[in-house]
Amino acid sequence: MSDTKKMMYINRRAPYGTIYAWESLEVVLIGAAFEQDVSMAFLDDGVYQLTKGQDTKGIGMKNFSPTYAALGDYEVNKIYVEKESLEERGLTLDDLQHLVWEDEDEDYAEKDSIRLVTRAELADVLADQDVLFNF
Amino acid sequence: MAMLHLVNKSPYDGSGLNTAATIMRSGDKLLLIEDGVYGAMKNGKAAGLLKGLDVSVLGPDLAARGIPEDKLVDGVTIVDYAGFVDLVDANEQVQSWL
Repeated sequence: MSDTKKMMYINRRAPYGTIYAWESLEVVLIGAAFEQDVSMAFLDDGVYQLTKGQDTKGIGMKNFSPTYAALGDYEVNKIYVEKESLEERGLTLDDLQHLVWEDEDEDYAEKDSIRLVTRAELADVLADQDVLFNF
Repeated sequence: MAMLHLVNKSPYDGSGLNTAATIMRSGDKLLLIEDGVYGAMKNGKAAGLLKGLDVSVLGPDLAARGIPEDKLVDGVTIVDYAGFVDLVDANEQVQSWL
């Protein structure tokens, strides 16, 4: 469909301290239902959204981190994580959830959704988008 | 007069931890809560700010953010909500670096 736009959701906030992370996730899932070409970028404190092992029982808030694992089912499978932001925070990809999607065109082969990119590479990805949303 | 310093923002998204860490006097205590707990992660660029300070972090906020104990800077104490209250009670003043 020629109306399809490349939409990028930029996530720069930690989860739970503010509502940005959760709101972004809700908007992404709604947008995905309209068959747009959706990408997500996680940089600055946004990389904290993807850490594994989140357990919010003690703070009385909804743990929305399992929802990231469902993004692949909504064909949201271009998830860019910025290398510099991880390194500044002492994190590696091993600290993040392993997000995957199934490729219908290759007999539902499971593929990684997360793409580790440098800031310079992310700049090129952003320049290629039609619409940028910031959270 | 001992002061309890509270920081609730990420050290990478605000100057609260930097200000608190550099203004603290001998005998003062630092408690990291909410997004402030990211400041207690070792290997992070901000970890050096805690050197020589008496630092506690709120356990439920660590768990919510998926931060295991072995990822914390050495010497940091984990407290629960009752421990938070004890810290407030044990210090004459409480300063929140919002």
